[in-house]
Amino acid sequence: MALLELRDVEARYGEIRALHGVTLSVGEGDFVALLGANGAGKTTTLRAISGTVRTSGDVLLDGQKLFRRTPEAMARRGVAHVPEGRGTFSTLSVLDNLRLGAWVHGNASPRDLAHVFEFFPLLYERRAQQAGLLSGGEQQMLALARAMMAKPRLLLLDEPSLGLAPLIAREIFDVLVRMNESGTTVVVVEQNATTALQAAQHAFVLETGRVVLGGEASDLQRNESVRRSYLGY
Amino acid sequence: MANFVQQVVSGLASGGIYGLLALAIVLINRSTGVINFAQGEMATLSAFLCWTLMDHGWAFWPAFAATLFLSFGGGLLLEAVVIRPIQNGPLVGIVILTIGLLIAINGLTTWIWGGAAKQFHGPFSTAPIRVGGVAFSKQDLGVIVVAFVAVGLVAALFARTRLGLALRAVAVNPLESRLVGIRASTMLAVGWGLAAALGAVAGVMAAPSLFLEPNMMQTVLLYAFAAAVLGGMESPLGAVVGGLLLGVVLNLAGTYVHWIGGELRLAVALALILGVLLVRPSGLFGRTALRRA
Repeated sequence: MALLELRDVEARYGEIRALHGVTLSVGEGDFVALLGANGAGKTTTLRAISGTVRTSGDVLLDGQKLFRRTPEAMARRGVAHVPEGRGTFSTLSVLDNLRLGAWVHGNASPRDLAHVFEFFPLLYERRAQQAGLLSGGEQQMLALARAMMAKPRLLLLDEPSLGLAPLIAREIFDVLVRMNESGTTVVVVEQNATTALQAAQHAFVLETGRVVLGGEASDLQRNESVRRSYLGY
Repeated sequence: MANFVQQVVSGLASGGIYGLLALAIVLINRSTGVINFAQGEMATLSAFLCWTLMDHGWAFWPAFAATLFLSFGGGLLLEAVVIRPIQNGPLVGIVILTIGLLIAINGLTTWIWGGAAKQFHGPFSTAPIRVGGVAFSKQDLGVIVVAFVAVGLVAALFARTRLGLALRAVAVNPLESRLVGIRASTMLAVGWGLAAALGAVAGVMAAPSLFLEPNMMQTVLLYAFAAAVLGGMESPLGAVVGGLLLGVVLNLAGTYVHWIGGELRLAVALALILGVLLVRPSGLFGRTALRRA
């Protein structure tokens, strides 16, 4: 059974419809990349899953249809959403940001903190600093570290490598792969399709609010139209 | 010299009250991002509640406890009924709404209790004690002690508790807070409840020395804003220290600068706000919200 399923999900911002019936499924332990041009509905798909946009159609977790999907309820069900733009609490310290990541589990356990600092030693050095003072790459790491504190079943990431140096982007994806290997299901929206398809097991291509293509990441890498549109060769 | 000490001591006493109300203003600002102009009138309303309970034969401390409780509930109610419907609108709308609340609550207290000043017997005696030519009362000392106890509690709440962490998180970034699983709307309501309870402390502490009437806290509110700006809008300790400092400065200016006298005290407060904003916008204890360009 799939961990996550979207059935004919539509979403709108006021008058503008962003999703025209998205159907896709994500298996437990999967690593899924969402590809597509700007405005294709990738971000909105993530937002539909985490309950930060109004939708119609069904969203199922563990085969159970979900009603009243508020963001806080989804967080408690084990969904961690890292929005685009490194959502951190900018005036709060790095440590407070991490504590907030563990909110659904009560107080952050020292063991989990130590575990996260092992992944991101730099954050340990900066733990007392205001999050807003970190560099772009460090903030993205903090956002990811915070999601790690939630020990999510399903991690949703929006453009984690946007505006980052290639080396740092690689580092972020390495962490994602390691999280995935230890059991976290990952859905990532990424404009760098090459990186995304290398890390992912499955991928979906969105166009104007619909899924137009889906399958094994390796198959999509060989797909003629995907190569031309998103990989550029 | 004795007069100087006297002015400082009574300045500290009134400053304690400015500080307490400033603390409520800082608390609501830190937990909801709103500047609440109705904070003074809310405090007056709470003081009237306490007075009414005592008028019905309650002793002070039980009446005070009940007032805190009722004020907390009142704050929650106010948030749910008045603030929440416009929560997603611009912040300035909420701030202006609090000015409307100021007028409405003032009208309500006048309507219920009338405009005549009432004697309020607090827990501390107002009888003067003289030490070497300086007169002060237990009430004066009590206010200062209560102010420091309150600031200790508020600071501990923000820095040490899970609730405090959630309150700060929601004030910084409501959507992000919801994504980590915090019920943001509950936290905003709790912020209003706590500020209302803290305002109740200020009102009840002020009433014995100011006489209880519907406009009791109006000038105090202006001083409290000055105190909050002086100490730093974000800092609980800053609010109380700012209040005490302001009380002393106002008293000394009124005594030793002859053309200021009693009438220009408010103008001194204004000048102080302006000066602080120009020289040190984050206040004495405030931390500048740094952001990388």
